[in-house]
Amino acid sequence: MNKPIRRVSVFCLLLIMALLLRTNWIQGVQADSYANSPYNDRVKYDRYAYPRGNIIVSGQPVTSSAFVNGYRYKYKTAWTDGAMYAPVTGYSSQSFGSNQLEQLEDPILSGTDDRLFFRNTLDMLTGKQQQGGDVVTTINAKAQKAAFDGLGDKKGAAVAIDPRTGAILALVSTPSYDPSSIAGTADSDSAAWKSLNADPNQPMLNRALRQTYPPGSTFKLVTAATAFETGKFQNIDDPTDTPQVYTLPGTNTQLNNDNPDEQCTNATLKDALAISCNTVFGKIGAELGGQKLLAQAQKFGFNSTVDTPIRSAPSVFPTNSSPDGTAMDAIGQHNTAATPLQMAMVASAIADNGKLMQPYLVDEERSANSTTISKHTEHQMGQPISAATAQKLQQMMVDVVQNGTGRKAQINGVEVGGKTGTAQHGQDNSGLPFAWFVSYAKVGDSAPVAVAVVVEDGAASSNEISGGSIAAPIAKSIMQAVIGQ
Amino acid sequence: MRADQPSGGGALNLSAFLLNGRIGRTAGLGSPGAPNRRNTELSLLAIAVLLPMLAYANVGLALDRRLPAGMLEYGLGMGALALFAHLVMRRFAPYADPLLLPLAMLLNGLGLVMIWRLDKAGPLLPNNYPAAANQLLWSGLGVALFGTVIVLLRDHRVLQRYTYVSMAAALVLLAAPAFFPARASDFGAKIWIHLGGFSIQPGEFAKIILAVFFAGYLTANRDALALASRRVLGLYLPRGRDLGPILVVWVLSILILVFETDLGSSLLFFGLFVVMLYVATERTSWIVFGLLLAVAGAALVGSAENHVRVRINAWLDPLAAFGPHPPAGSTEQIGQALFAFGSGGITGTGLGQGRSWLIGFAAKSDFILGSFGEELGLTGLMALFAVYGLIVQRALRTALAARDPFGKLLAVGLGSALALQVFVVAGGVTGLIPLTGMTMPFMAQGGSSVIANWVLIALLLKISDSARRPAPEPTRAVGA
Repeated sequence: MNKPIRRVSVFCLLLIMALLLRTNWIQGVQADSYANSPYNDRVKYDRYAYPRGNIIVSGQPVTSSAFVNGYRYKYKTAWTDGAMYAPVTGYSSQSFGSNQLEQLEDPILSGTDDRLFFRNTLDMLTGKQQQGGDVVTTINAKAQKAAFDGLGDKKGAAVAIDPRTGAILALVSTPSYDPSSIAGTADSDSAAWKSLNADPNQPMLNRALRQTYPPGSTFKLVTAATAFETGKFQNIDDPTDTPQVYTLPGTNTQLNNDNPDEQCTNATLKDALAISCNTVFGKIGAELGGQKLLAQAQKFGFNSTVDTPIRSAPSVFPTNSSPDGTAMDAIGQHNTAATPLQMAMVASAIADNGKLMQPYLVDEERSANSTTISKHTEHQMGQPISAATAQKLQQMMVDVVQNGTGRKAQINGVEVGGKTGTAQHGQDNSGLPFAWFVSYAKVGDSAPVAVAVVVEDGAASSNEISGGSIAAPIAKSIMQAVIGQ
Repeated sequence: MRADQPSGGGALNLSAFLLNGRIGRTAGLGSPGAPNRRNTELSLLAIAVLLPMLAYANVGLALDRRLPAGMLEYGLGMGALALFAHLVMRRFAPYADPLLLPLAMLLNGLGLVMIWRLDKAGPLLPNNYPAAANQLLWSGLGVALFGTVIVLLRDHRVLQRYTYVSMAAALVLLAAPAFFPARASDFGAKIWIHLGGFSIQPGEFAKIILAVFFAGYLTANRDALALASRRVLGLYLPRGRDLGPILVVWVLSILILVFETDLGSSLLFFGLFVVMLYVATERTSWIVFGLLLAVAGAALVGSAENHVRVRINAWLDPLAAFGPHPPAGSTEQIGQALFAFGSGGITGTGLGQGRSWLIGFAAKSDFILGSFGEELGLTGLMALFAVYGLIVQRALRTALAARDPFGKLLAVGLGSALALQVFVVAGGVTGLIPLTGMTMPFMAQGGSSVIANWVLIALLLKISDSARRPAPEPTRAVGA
C-alpha cells in the first residue's frame, strides 16, 4: 500500500504548491491592481488615514485636515472660506470622491506620490506619522476676495491673470458652495450633496473655467486684432466705411447698434470700440471672413482646452458660418462662446504686448516638511498678435475706459484698459443679457493684472446696457486688489 | 496485508510488550533506541503558544496602543490547554508524532487571535458580535475531546469494528441538514443543524466518520476490488458489481450537492473516497473512473443548479459584482477577498492594521484566510500553508509507517481529507477554484470545525503512536 500512499502524498503536496503559487500570483504579481482597484474601498479610506496636505493661498492654507477618528476615516478635510475657494480647490469628500485640485493633486495631498517615497520611507523608519504634501496656488487672496465680494449674490464668474507670467490670481464662480458641507459621511453631507446637485443654479459648476457664454462685444477685441493683423486697418484713427444700418450679407436682417443715437456711421475703429458699434465690427467681420477670424481666435486659445491644471471647457469660434453668421460671430453673438478664462487670456495677451502666457494655478508642490517637490516654470503659449497690434488695442481699450462704456473701471493714476460686453442670449434674445467686462491695469510699463468678469442676468431688462455698469466695478476692485490701491 | 513493515521475532516483541506494559511509559523510560519525541513536542508547543501570544499583543498594540487586557488569561488558557494535551500524550501516546500537536495548537491559537482582532472591528463588520471567547471555549472543548480520544481509544483498530455503524452515522449526519429548516444567515447552503441556540455543522464530523467507514470497508473488500478486473486499453476496469460502492458514494455526493447546495462537502467526500479506494487497491483505473464521475456530476449539477452556476460565475469574474450594473445574483465576496490579498501584498499591513472587515459576511469563518492575507501578507500566508502542508505530510508519513492496513487507510483518509479541505477552502477564497462554503481547519470561527479537527488530530496521533511504538503489539483479532 505504500506506493499509492507516496503518490497521494505527492498529490497533496501539489495541492499545497498550487495554493502557494496562487497566493504568489495575487499577492505578488497582481497585488497592485487589486490594491488600487477603483472598487477597493481601502483606497478611499487611505486618503483620510493620516492628515492630508493643504492647499495654500497667499501663504495661508485654505484647507485643513481635522482628526475625527471615525471607524473608517481618521481625518476629514475642512475649508476656510469654502465658498470663495471652491472653484480653486474643488471638494474632497469621504463619500463623494473629489474634483479639481483636490483630485488632480491627490498624489501630493495624500502623500502617495512617488516623489514622496524617500520621505515616506524615512517617516516609516523613524516612526513619524505620515502626512501629505502641500499645494501652493497662484491665487492672490485679496483679489479672490474682491472678486467674490464683488459678485456677491449675483450669478457669474471672474478670472484674473498676471499677464507677465500666466499666474491665475483670482478664480471665482457664484453661486458657490462650501466643500466642508459635503466632506464627511454624515446624513447632513448626503443631504447637502443631494440639494447641491438638484439646485437649478448649479452651485458646483465652475463657471470661470467650465461655462461658456456668448462673449458679446468683448469679442470685438479679437475682431479688431484680426483687422490689424491682416492689414485691413493700420491705424486706430482710420475711419471705417459703415452705414447707419448694416444689412447682414445675403439676408434682409438689419443689424442695429444698442443705442440708435450713437455716432457709428463711418466711425473710426477707436471710437467704434469706445461706444461699442455693432455695425462697424459686424461689417468688418463679414469682410474679413470666417477663416481669418477663426485663425486669430484660435491663436488666442479658442477651440481648445487649457489645463490650469483644472481643465477648462473649450471656447468656441465656429469653423463654418455663412457670411451673415460670421458678421454676428464677429461681435460675439451667434455661435461664438467663450469661458471667462478665455476672455481673460485675450485681455492678458493684449496687455503683455501680444505675448500669451500659459495660465496656471499651481505654483509649487511641497512635501510635508516644506521641501519643494516641483515648481512651475513659466511657459509662453504663443504670440497671437504683434507688439504693435497689442499697443494699438491697448490705446483703444484705454479710450473705452476714459471716454467710452467702461468709465466705471477707472482707477486714479493707473492706466486701465477695458472692454464692456452685453451679450444677448436665449430664444429671440429674450433672456436677460450677460454683462461682461474684460480689462487690464498697467503699473509703469508692465501690466500685473488682466481680468474677465461675467455676470449672468446682468440687467433688469434685455435692452439695458449692463457690462459697463455691473461688471466693470467688479473688475475694477479686483485690479485694485492686485496692484494694491 | 502486504509486507510493509518487517515483523520482528514474536518472542522479543512479547517481552518488550511485557516490559513496557500495555500503556506506554513517560519519556525516557521506553526501550533503548525507541524514539520518544515528547520533549521535542513540548518545546515546539511552547513556541506554538508563544507565537499567538505575540500576535495577540501585536493586535492590541496596533488597535489600542496597549497590551490587550486579556493577555494573561489567554496565555494561561492556551498554555494550560497545550500542557494538558501534552501530558495526555506523554502518558497515553508517548511514541506519537511530535509535530502534529504543536502545529494544530499553533493554527488554533492564530485563528483565535484573528477572530479577536475581527471582534475589535466592531460595527465595521456587518452582524459582528464578540466570538473569540466562545471560540476559546470550543477550542478547550476540542482539546478535551482530543484528550478523551487519546485516553479512551486504546487502539485505533477498535474502530474497525464499527465500520457499518460509522456508515449509518455518516449517512444520518450528512442527511440531517436537509431536514432542518435553513436560516437566512446560512446564505443558501444547508450545512447546519440548528438546535435552540446551537448550530452544528455535521459535515465536519461526517468527514472523520466517513474516513473510518471507508477504511473499514476497504480493508475488508480491497482484494476483491483490486484483483477482479479486466484490462482494457491499459487500464484495469473494475467488474460491474464492484462498481457499486463508488457509485453509491457518487450518488450520495450529488444528493448532498442538490439538496444541501453544499459543493464543498460534496467534493471533499467524493475526493476522499477516490483517494482511499486508490490507496487500498493500487489501481490507477479508480482514479480515472473517479475523475470521470466527478466531471460528469459537476457538469450535470452545474448546468441545473443555479446556486452552483452563481459560484462559477463569481469565480470566472470576481469583480463583476462591482460597478454600477452588477449582474443578478452576483456577490462581492471573492472580489473583496482579492482586494484584501492585494492590499496585503508581500509583507502585509501588520496585524490589526488591515481592513479585512470589508470582506463582510463570513470574514471570521470561511474567509478568515483573507484577513491573514491582508495583515500578514504573502509571507504569512505562505507560512500558514506550509504549516497545513506539514500536518498533511505528517499524517501521510503516519500512514506509511502504520503497521495495519486499517490504520494506513484511516491515516491516508484523514490526511488527504485535511489536504482536500484546505485546498478547497483556500483555493476558493483566493479565486483559484470556485468558492465552496467550508471552514479553514483550526483557524475559522465555528465550534463543530475546531472540535472535529481536534478529534482528527487525536486519531492520527493514536495511529502514529502505534506505528512508532518500538515493539509491535501482538496481532489481535479485530473487525473482519
